[in-house]
Amino acid sequence: MAKDLSKTLADLKEDEAVAIVRERLNAGEDPLRILDDASRAMETVGKRFSSGEYFIPDLVYSGEILKSINELVKPKLAKGGAARKGGKVIVGTVAGDIHDIGKDIVVFMLDVSGFEVYDLGVDVPAKKFVEKIKESGAPIVGLSGFLTLAYDAMKQTVQAIKDAGLRDKVKIMIGGGQITDEITKFTGADAYGKDAVAGVTLARKWSGAK
Amino acid sequence: MAKKWEEMTPDEKQEALFARWMAPKDPAGNDLKYQSPKAEKAFKERITRIKDAIQMKKLPDRVPIFVAPSFFPVYYAGITPQEAMYDYDKCRMAFKKFVVDFEPDGNLGAYVPGPGKFFEILDYKLYSWPGHGVPPEQSYQCNESEYMTAGEYDALIDDPSNFFSNTYLPRVFGKLGGFQMLPALTGILEIYGVAINFIPFGLPPVQATYKALFEAGAEALKWMGAMGAWNADITAAGFPLIAAGFTKAPFDVIGDTLRGTRGIMVDMYRQPDKLLEAMERLTPLMIKMGVGTAKLVGHPVIFIPLHKGADGFLSDEQFKKFYWPTLKKVMMGLIAEGVVPMPAAEGHWDSRLAIMSDLPKGKTLWMIDQSNIANAKKTIGKVGCLFGNVPSDLLVVGTPEQVKDYVKNLIDTCAKGGGYIVSNGAFFDQAKPENVHAMVDAAREYGAYK
Ligand code: B12
Repeated sequence: MAKDLSKTLADLKEDEAVAIVRERLNAGEDPLRILDDASRAMETVGKRFSSGEYFIPDLVYSGEILKSINELVKPKLAKGGAARKGGKVIVGTVAGDIHDIGKDIVVFMLDVSGFEVYDLGVDVPAKKFVEKIKESGAPIVGLSGFLTLAYDAMKQTVQAIKDAGLRDKVKIMIGGGQITDEITKFTGADAYGKDAVAGVTLARKWSGAK
Repeated sequence: MAKKWEEMTPDEKQEALFARWMAPKDPAGNDLKYQSPKAEKAFKERITRIKDAIQMKKLPDRVPIFVAPSFFPVYYAGITPQEAMYDYDKCRMAFKKFVVDFEPDGNLGAYVPGPGKFFEILDYKLYSWPGHGVPPEQSYQCNESEYMTAGEYDALIDDPSNFFSNTYLPRVFGKLGGFQMLPALTGILEIYGVAINFIPFGLPPVQATYKALFEAGAEALKWMGAMGAWNADITAAGFPLIAAGFTKAPFDVIGDTLRGTRGIMVDMYRQPDKLLEAMERLTPLMIKMGVGTAKLVGHPVIFIPLHKGADGFLSDEQFKKFYWPTLKKVMMGLIAEGVVPMPAAEGHWDSRLAIMSDLPKGKTLWMIDQSNIANAKKTIGKVGCLFGNVPSDLLVVGTPEQVKDYVKNLIDTCAKGGGYIVSNGAFFDQAKPENVHAMVDAAREYGAYK
């Protein structure tokens, strides 16, 4: 019997985790079950990050291991992944700003918490957020930004969502190193998350309340 | 008789660099002529004030004041970042207006925008800038990527300069492709075969690269001419620059623009020994870079932006293993040569402050962004001078009264016994000018040592 994949992956033992996946695939196991174990492991990673046991390098590394596992599993996969139950969230770093480390962590944490995340990347113009809201119907938008220029860009993005008549259809959270409650008021967003864990809490609250 | 540099103690070297800062030259190398005796007096008073704050031996006459923005002077002057990058006169005008209007004791110079044309000539890939991937009214953007691959540690460790010239530079500058073919000139030892080594210089791609370099060099010189004139101008008006130049923490050298954040973090697991070895290899180079600039410019302060050791980025163990040892070596190497390292603790560094306090007293100058300032005072503030902590959001959305209260509180918390300089905490682009004025005014109002 192979060792526990969820545990090995959550403990960031790359070689062992990959070996287990190979073994299980060779034994003809359903790839979906392997992915299931992997996503349970990622949940654990997320929890350990929330509790301050894991740090950014640990998240990044777990993501890398997951990538190798996915590459092994994908060819054997019929089609489609597990359905997401947490709801849809759009996340991006606002126009004029390319800081993406904080945003990536937010995306990671939302993802392992079961949300379907649309990551629009960095330096995202307001209209791209608007288009994505229309296209996906996501009820939650997360704006990331670290520069003082991003304060304005966030404000403009919120305004663009309003102008498109979508403001009452979405909840908007913002975040990034230099974001505070004052800036939340300034931008017209609904709330700010001081870290990715707070972002998940907000998303949970908002999707649950709906 | 004046001692030779090699014979001086670190303290004497530091004094010698301060003395050179106090006796500025014009671009032609002659003693600088001040605008007025008043300007000269102000210049010397400002440096004395900063020096006293840094050395922590005696109290300055009042708490010094820095204003350390990113693109704020550009927006404040009503020009775009694109104009500032392409029209060196406009850039000079903007940064001069900023210094003259706010009258800080220390400013960062007019270097932030940099020469757009130069970046164009070499097809700089590491950044997008106004007109090149970014709209004219925005500041430039770093394109983070793996410019060094995971398998290239040995090449870097083996010969860093060759790795930079032949591998890294061709990746970050489109026009430096020819460098990939550069020979190792260490093969030229005897007449036998000498010419073979020079064959690459005859090949079209290498020649094209050199053509671009000549053009780029001319543009760099033009820009530097404008900057030199700006420095002379602003110095003649009585305003010193805070720093001579910069160097970096070895972890950030690799984590920012060689391997990138993701790359270095994966390397911490997959090849920690290679990473540690590479950082050790870069350490003397980073010391040389800082010391060389300080001695060339004649100014003791060297800026070190601190990025990926901030709270949250690494665990305490990871910080102590990967970030701090080589950063400390860089700082100690600078200090030994009389240089004053100026690390900017960008973001939050609360969990690191105690660890980083393991340094000699009166040798460092710390920019504190959002770390708890009272804690900073109790830890690194015991050995080094602090500046900063006025938050960016307050400068953007606050009122002048709020800013004044904040500064007063900072002075109450930090200024006692010296070793504190009032300043913004992060390199801001936007702010209400009246808030920046309020910061400066409050420091004058509450900052006198009686
Ligand atoms: C790394 C870094 C860079 C890297 C960026 C690499 C990258 N790919 O992102 C590099 C070196 C390229 C860089 C460049 C610049 N930077 Co920079 N950078 C930083 C630094 C050191 C860390 C930022 C970071 O990634 N933090 C990591 C994250 C994980 O930390 P965090 O904030 O705790 O993140 C959490 C929360 O913010 C939250 N969160 C984030 N987004 C969101 C979104 C939502 C919806 C929610 C709910 C939560 C949330 O969750 C995160 C995870 O828990 C900061 C200083 C600092 N320590 O904060 C400066 C900083 C942000 N940079 C700054 C500046 C000025 C620049 C430059 C303009 C400098 C220059 N003149 O060249 C350039 C240009 C960048 C540009 N135009 O966009 C300034 C901004 C100043 C200001 N606002 O007043 C800072 C604050 C430094 C300073 N003290 O002056 N930078």
